[in-house]
Amino acid sequence: MSDPARETEAEQKARRGRNIALALGLILFVVLIFIVTVVRLGANVATRPL
Amino acid sequence: MAMATAHPTTRIPARWQDYLQLLKPRVMSLVVFTGLTGLICADRAIHPVLAAVAILCIAVGAGASGALNMWYDADIDRQMRRTRGRPVPAGRVQSADALAIGVVLSLFSVMLMGMAANWLAAGLLAFTIVFYAVVYTMWLKRWTAQNIVIGGLAGALPPVIGWAAATGTVPLNAWLLCLIIFMWTPPHFWALSLYTSEDYAKAGVPMMPVVAGAASTRRQILIYSFLFVPICLAPAFTGLGGPVYLGVAAAGGLVFLLLALRLSRSRAGEAPDDRGEGLYDVRAGAKDARNLFAFSILYLSLLFATLLAEHLLGVPALELLAR
Repeated sequence: MSDPARETEAEQKARRGRNIALALGLILFVVLIFIVTVVRLGANVATRPL
Repeated sequence: MAMATAHPTTRIPARWQDYLQLLKPRVMSLVVFTGLTGLICADRAIHPVLAAVAILCIAVGAGASGALNMWYDADIDRQMRRTRGRPVPAGRVQSADALAIGVVLSLFSVMLMGMAANWLAAGLLAFTIVFYAVVYTMWLKRWTAQNIVIGGLAGALPPVIGWAAATGTVPLNAWLLCLIIFMWTPPHFWALSLYTSEDYAKAGVPMMPVVAGAASTRRQILIYSFLFVPICLAPAFTGLGGPVYLGVAAAGGLVFLLLALRLSRSRAGEAPDDRGEGLYDVRAGAKDARNLFAFSILYLSLLFATLLAEHLLGVPALELLAR
């Protein structure tokens, strides 16, 4: 009988896939926030009075 | 072995594709298309990156609504052939995970829309998500045969959100795009439900054929079709559509009405089970319903694709009312 606490190979593979997808999603979100900030504020920041 | 049966240790592990399926990618692609049409038809220069982010927010918001719908409707989905393979009823994704994904993506998409475009577009996106997930899914769907009529507003709003994202306003023409999808929804879904009504009856969903019968549904499809087609012509009169649009709307509208007329004279929906395994795989009696269902998708896609192409190519609108 298999140990319920241990993951099967299929479960490990699925978990790895989920983690990679989540990481990519988070990276995409951070990059999007950065790009949106630069596009929305970029020109104003560059031309602001010093 | 007996223990394994009592406490199953082998469940299907969720893959990332299962989470993607929670977001209903096919619905998402349609929403992206109509949202993009609204954004382009607004004819206002918007930074392409911000436009892309706004469309992404509409897509993710729609996906979030899909996840919330699958979380709440798992009991219904489990009983219907069309939906029992979805991740939650099939046991590949836990119900709580679907809820969490729906809530998190809703918040992220609305906040990002507010930052990238404006808060009117973000507010409309939030309203759309709440309307679909709460008003339609939790209330209307299980309560009234008018569920898809009223609930259709959620599917009709993306072009308005796209328009608002581009301009910060929602003029009459934006609402006209919304009205076209809103009036398209009843004939489209009722044609489908005529040959899937057994599934809905089994799940206790009060779809029109289940509650009012097939004959009444066919009659109502015809009435809605006669209201829908003139509305599709309206953009040529309001400065939104050009000559190609008018041609496509008129010719396609004629076919739509003919198919609706044929359906009204058929006996579609009266056989105990009109469907094979696939969505388009129907028995002889339901072919007229299947034909209208399939053509309705083509017609709406053509209408929006024509508007999109005319505005991208700078084809002048007809403005027949102004003459």
